[in-house]
Amino acid sequence: MSKTLFEKIWDSHIVTEENGRSLLYVDRHLVHEVTSPQAFEGLRLNGRKVRRTDLTFATMDHNVPTSDRSLPIIDQTSSTQIKTLEKNCKEFGITLFDINSPNQGIVHVIGPELGITLPGTTIVCGDSHTSTHGAFGSLAFGIGTSDVEHVLATQCIMMEKPKTFEINIKGKRKNPHAVTAKDIILSIIKKIGTAGGTGTVIEYRGDTISELTMEQRMTICNMSIEAGARAGLIAPDEKTFQYLRGRKYAPENYDEYVNLWRENLKSDSSAQFDKSFTFSAENIAPQVSWGTNPAMTTDVTDIVPFPEEYGGGNTEEEKGAAKALQYMDLKPGTAITDIVIDRVFIGSCTNSRLEDLTEAAKVVKGKKVSARVRAMVVPGSQLVKKNAEELGLDKIFKDAGFEWRESGCSMCLGMNPDILAAGERCASTSNRNFEGRQGTGGRTHLVSPVMAAAAAIHGHFVDVRELDLN
Amino acid sequence: MQPFTKIKSLATPLDKVNVDTDQIVPKQFLKLIQRTGFGQYLFYDWRYEQGGIARKDFVLNDPAYKNSRILLARDNFGCGSSREHAVWALDDYGFKVIISTSFADIFYNNCFKNGILPIRVPDDILEKLFSTKSEIEVDLQTQSIKADGISIPFQIEPHWKKILLEGLDDIAMTLQHEDQIVKYERSHKV
Repeated sequence: MSKTLFEKIWDSHIVTEENGRSLLYVDRHLVHEVTSPQAFEGLRLNGRKVRRTDLTFATMDHNVPTSDRSLPIIDQTSSTQIKTLEKNCKEFGITLFDINSPNQGIVHVIGPELGITLPGTTIVCGDSHTSTHGAFGSLAFGIGTSDVEHVLATQCIMMEKPKTFEINIKGKRKNPHAVTAKDIILSIIKKIGTAGGTGTVIEYRGDTISELTMEQRMTICNMSIEAGARAGLIAPDEKTFQYLRGRKYAPENYDEYVNLWRENLKSDSSAQFDKSFTFSAENIAPQVSWGTNPAMTTDVTDIVPFPEEYGGGNTEEEKGAAKALQYMDLKPGTAITDIVIDRVFIGSCTNSRLEDLTEAAKVVKGKKVSARVRAMVVPGSQLVKKNAEELGLDKIFKDAGFEWRESGCSMCLGMNPDILAAGERCASTSNRNFEGRQGTGGRTHLVSPVMAAAAAIHGHFVDVRELDLN
Repeated sequence: MQPFTKIKSLATPLDKVNVDTDQIVPKQFLKLIQRTGFGQYLFYDWRYEQGGIARKDFVLNDPAYKNSRILLARDNFGCGSSREHAVWALDDYGFKVIISTSFADIFYNNCFKNGILPIRVPDDILEKLFSTKSEIEVDLQTQSIKADGISIPFQIEPHWKKILLEGLDDIAMTLQHEDQIVKYERSHKV
């Protein structure tokens, strides 16, 4: 029987089935400081151990300061959470990339760069953006803390089988430096909605996907959760195998694995998906979100929509849009390029990898950040930071007036000191524009790294297709 | 986990679609290392103005719903972040049942793990419940919602029904499959 890639990975990880649910084996478990303390405490209370310490990897990313790492952490609650992770990893025997490790970084950035993420594996992490790892043909689920505890204790997860959803992305972008993977995924979420993928695993396919680099594919899969999906997947290809070759935790007999992956990890040509959506990337524009969820997004050349037009007859959506505009302090009809900004954040598990920074640096080189803007770059990991510095990107950003910081989740969710003040408006390369996400009362516009960089220079949004990015 | 019993109370109407877990419990309260005490932070930025003054126009601050244990929500409730703190906050505040047309997947799962019953109902039923002024009774055993003298059936996965009714520890349940887990580990190199 023909199968989708998802079904192949799912089926090969079933330990047992009962009442229509499957107990799946978990190949890699990534742990961070915010969603794990209660899970370890649960193990202690029940006298349980971590079943597979060799398959469990931890780092601290969510609330680590991105300022000088030699200074003590001022926020006591953050400090406690970080120390708790250190203590738990030591007690239970788990590999930890701590705050001073050269491998520290956002958990979804370091997984792939260390070769922990591998094709055909199952990965879980107590973080919704675990979907990022799907870019490697890995079935990767974000889970809650109770499930973190369950996986620590059993190395398995009990799940109902999700439906399959194929998103075919076709067409050649005219200017791929200006119209990025971020614009593709935001355009798709705009079309299918924030619940468009609920209950499904999305497989992204088509010639546009084949053309994307691994880092761009990660941006696409990362935001699957913003469409509500359980996971996002892309079939691995030569780019995938090349990316992972020689990484720290990649298997030794790598070529044997590659042969197996090449042979097995793709959807059969006759495989049926439960749901299908075809999207043309050919004529899309750079995207800017205007509201308080990622589907509330439009073209940079467009205007802030009128709620009734956005709702399209759905009164709940119309009310939601009106409330969003009120929160965002935007008037319908305003040109997106007339929106002035106060802050710029380049970072997060969506857009903080080397290529993101390289592309943004092209916009910034030789220019100055607008006097009204405070801009920061937060590399996704210590390795990204090191590689970027070797290319001199730090100097380009700093010369332009950007802050160049240490790695972590930072202002994507504002659990560390990097937050917006109430009323501040930010062009952000992160993934969520929810109310208060980057700071209570803060206003977030989701954009690509090049769009964020250009907004930093100009003090408002600009269409980066008009810039020379080659 | 405490076994789930019948719940009867006024239902708090939260009339908003796409409520994300960042709203249910904002990020500044995720730094605690225990599971308890999150109720005071539930919907914090909607419940309080700066300085901690209760916003009169937010439904949780309406004294009529002070003892409510049922939350009425709208489409895609609990979307966004996987933070289980959102469910801990709802539970700690006192909500044991959430009724909506749809839930985000991770949130839905997290509810059952903490003894909260999320119920999916069709649009027309939800509208009816939103307009109800009297108490609603939710009976998991019979899978029914009683409101205004009528009984509305609801669906629930048998697995979750059993876990809630018996207050089971799902880790212990999985560990009953130890032999199969060991067998899988022996035959699969990861």
